Amino acid sequence: MHETFTHQHHAHCESGVFTSLLCHHGVEISESMIFGIGSGLFFSHLPFVKVYGFPLTAYRIAPGGIIKRVAKRLGIRLKFETFRDQEKGMFALDQALADGRPIGLQTGVFWLPFFPPAYRFQFNAHNLIVYGKEGDDYLISDPTLDRPVKCPSSDLKKARFSKGFLAPKGKMYYPVEIPRELDYRKAVSKGIREVCSKMLNRVHSLVGVPAIRALAKKIPAWPQKQGEKYAAAQLANLIRMQEEIGTGGAGFRFVYASFLQEAGDMLGMDELLVLSQRMTKVGDRWNSFAYKAAPVCKGRKKGRAVYGELRDILLDCADQEHGIFNDLRRIKI
Amino acid sequence: MRKDEVPQDQGILENYKEVVYAVDDRGRYIPVSSKGWSAKTEANELAWAGINLQIEKTRSLVLAGKLSPLAYYMELNHMKPGLLGKYAGFSRWRVRRHLKPAVFSKLRSEVLEKYASVFNITVDRLKTMDN
Repeated sequence: MHETFTHQHHAHCESGVFTSLLCHHGVEISESMIFGIGSGLFFSHLPFVKVYGFPLTAYRIAPGGIIKRVAKRLGIRLKFETFRDQEKGMFALDQALADGRPIGLQTGVFWLPFFPPAYRFQFNAHNLIVYGKEGDDYLISDPTLDRPVKCPSSDLKKARFSKGFLAPKGKMYYPVEIPRELDYRKAVSKGIREVCSKMLNRVHSLVGVPAIRALAKKIPAWPQKQGEKYAAAQLANLIRMQEEIGTGGAGFRFVYASFLQEAGDMLGMDELLVLSQRMTKVGDRWNSFAYKAAPVCKGRKKGRAVYGELRDILLDCADQEHGIFNDLRRIKI
Repeated sequence: MRKDEVPQDQGILENYKEVVYAVDDRGRYIPVSSKGWSAKTEANELAWAGINLQIEKTRSLVLAGKLSPLAYYMELNHMKPGLLGKYAGFSRWRVRRHLKPAVFSKLRSEVLEKYASVFNITVDRLKTMDN
């Protein structure tokens, strides 16, 4: 079977895995389309949830959310399985592979020997595809890597059953039924509407544009309140959450801009093309945030002034995104 | 971001590449392969510096006889007592107790084996802290 599976390189693990799986089953769809229909774009800053001792900052929706939404909106039926018993989980994987299917898995990254060591943190919401087995090694297509890799079964078992926040519990999934005709217009419309309503939330400042503003306003006080060192570490953490592997850079803004462009072409709507360009500009702005912040993290650049500039950049991002989603919301698809 | 602006800084990705979305000359989005980005590398290095500092601190506490070697391996695997407990099948407070050298030295071999298998090491190494 695995002779027929083609590895694809994508920007982000979850949307990448689902794109590869659908392509394998003959659906021609791009990663950005999946990301957009799945309402992947997001922003959230939760000071009271700590990961590695830092507040959780998310630039995308909760893990698993993209796949779930795309499946629902395109009418694709998926089979999801989780396991209590590790042996049973591995057996079920072997069985499914024997049926000749590539399988999507949720794993932790800490135990994956092929993963770049610098990215091996205790992070449990990675996604990858297993498409075959050779002896004791599983053949793995990790969409965030540029080539397929192999992984010994003992390591894969550990990764599938890693523990803690967002523990995967051996989760595996694969499409079982794909409709012949996919209604993209409806799916795109739903995907866009959800992103708009989340980003334009006005109820609290934990999610969406208000969360970007709230975070921005806190930044200048960091060096005084928490000390230069912790402030720098917290900045570094923000950059990592924004840019680290699988996020595809600039907190997914470019992926989303790419989606808007593709949707605009597909549906013949020039308004979406214009919004795509504006989204690209915001992405560049987020990028410049990382550029500005990086020297501070490293201690090469000191001074409170930089923190003020960083606040201004983020506030600008917030304003621009507010405008974009407001206009996007009004477009009838 | 234009495709010629995509950073190509060799760094933490080692010999892997990653995909970044950027626009070509006609303003069309395309996936572009990138070797990495220095800003990312710097942020990542800082995170590791923090983790490694913690590991070193724990290591010296173990050498000073204030903590058991279990504490060192726990830190080395980015774990806290709660998480290690979930992996090994013990409660958090039990793991915390095992961090005391006096308690650790009396642990039964079954308990030690459970810890060792979590860390992918032998029981002998678990007792000594040698890398």
